Amino acid sequence: MTSFPTDLRYTPDHEWLRATGSTWRVGITQFAVDQLGDITLVDLPKEGDLITKGQRFGTIESVKSVSDLYAPVSGKVAAVNASLKDSPEQVNTAPYGAGWMIEIEPTEDSELAELLTPEAYGQHVAAQ
Amino acid sequence: MERKRTPLWQVHKQLGARLIDFGGWDMPVTYPAGTIKEHKAVRESVGLFDVSHMGEAVLRGPRVREAVDQLTSNAVAAAPSGKAVYTLLCMPSGGVVDDCIFYKRSDSEFFVIVNASNTAKDLDWLRSHTHSLCEIDDLSEETALIAVQGPKAVALVDGLAGGTLASLPSFAFADAEVAGVPCMAARTGYTGEDGFELACASRDAVRLWTALMENLPPGGLPIGLGARDTLRLESRLPLYGNDLDEDHTPLEAGLGWAVKLDRDFIGAAALRAQKERGLTRQLAGFTIADDARAIARHGYAIVDRALGTGEAAVIGTVTSGGPGICVGGAIGLAYVPSGSALPGTKLTIDCRGKDVPATVVSGKFYKRTKS
Repeated sequence: MTSFPTDLRYTPDHEWLRATGSTWRVGITQFAVDQLGDITLVDLPKEGDLITKGQRFGTIESVKSVSDLYAPVSGKVAAVNASLKDSPEQVNTAPYGAGWMIEIEPTEDSELAELLTPEAYGQHVAAQ
Repeated sequence: MERKRTPLWQVHKQLGARLIDFGGWDMPVTYPAGTIKEHKAVRESVGLFDVSHMGEAVLRGPRVREAVDQLTSNAVAAAPSGKAVYTLLCMPSGGVVDDCIFYKRSDSEFFVIVNASNTAKDLDWLRSHTHSLCEIDDLSEETALIAVQGPKAVALVDGLAGGTLASLPSFAFADAEVAGVPCMAARTGYTGEDGFELACASRDAVRLWTALMENLPPGGLPIGLGARDTLRLESRLPLYGNDLDEDHTPLEAGLGWAVKLDRDFIGAAALRAQKERGLTRQLAGFTIADDARAIARHGYAIVDRALGTGEAAVIGTVTSGGPGICVGGAIGLAYVPSGSALPGTKLTIDCRGKDVPATVVSGKFYKRTKS
């Protein structure tokens, strides 16, 4: 059974969020990485772009498949991990670290309260 | 439904493979190394593949050559004994039932290996078209198949066979003992690399696999179906169900070299007529530059934005596509009108709503340097 970092919040789409001051850093979970296999391309929005919860904000291409990234919360893109352009494999090797994707400055605080706790996400994964 | 398991299923579990449903089989898609490292291991060292899910049969009888001759597009029946021949099985329309390799054991016996997902269909096809000319035994259950591929594959297998196999030419086969296991060893593969495919009894599969693993040179790895697909695509080897099917002919697929039209076989008349008329569509290889940052996948449309007003015309479809692991960018195959199949032609591929430029190329995407 996979364990999940307890200092994070999660979405049912297998994304994680970490509070970093006024912004939330976003990446995908180890579970998602295991499903995708080797990641070859990550397409991300630009800094300053506005994103809406549930809408596509980027795509991940692995060797075998393409997947959408859905905004976990609404807000402004405050930072983008530019190093993924040349080194997408960081998502495989460090999904909770160097493989982070964007930072969001949330506009709807209520959406933050809807994120899954590590326990709730663990149950969600176990049910997959 | 319970997925079928090869004799090596337990071994894959122990190696930490990720298993997926592949046509009803529980097969390793990757081992812990991951598809990219596995792919490179085959290009640079050697890889072991469990392909025991593939189907095997033997056709035998005094008139088996007549039976085989009318079933196969390539000159299988006339081949010398000990030769492996890639061929298509065609329908009367010229469409492809399957692609497979026939192994001529003697004038009265042929062995055949077919695609896993087509085994039942192929056996039915063979039985219903050979009538009483030969007997056909389905050996799929009791036969395991291990492919050993890569620049170090021949030394690995030959070393375990007492030096009897290195001299075997490409597309030849021989009965041999590899690590004490009786095998039919064929100098064939589906990766574009040198190597062998070893057919043995299912009960011996673990022993053979273990001996190969224990003697694996540095850099060697077990390889999952993920890398099997990227390797075959880089070498431009077609995959049935993607690039070949009942609606496209081998001539359209660029497999004319495996179609000998000076003979009669099922589909020959249709293929002769098609050749005379000229092809209207063809399977083309394409590359997408690295900086386009896109991968065109199976089912994506090739569009022509210059044809209509506003609405784009779909002129073709991608049949296989993926990252070019050893060649960079992305690569793929697509059926396009013959006028768009010439090397250098610029194509536009609709990659999930984004127009991505691609260029038609001829030949293999990856060519190994002959040793």
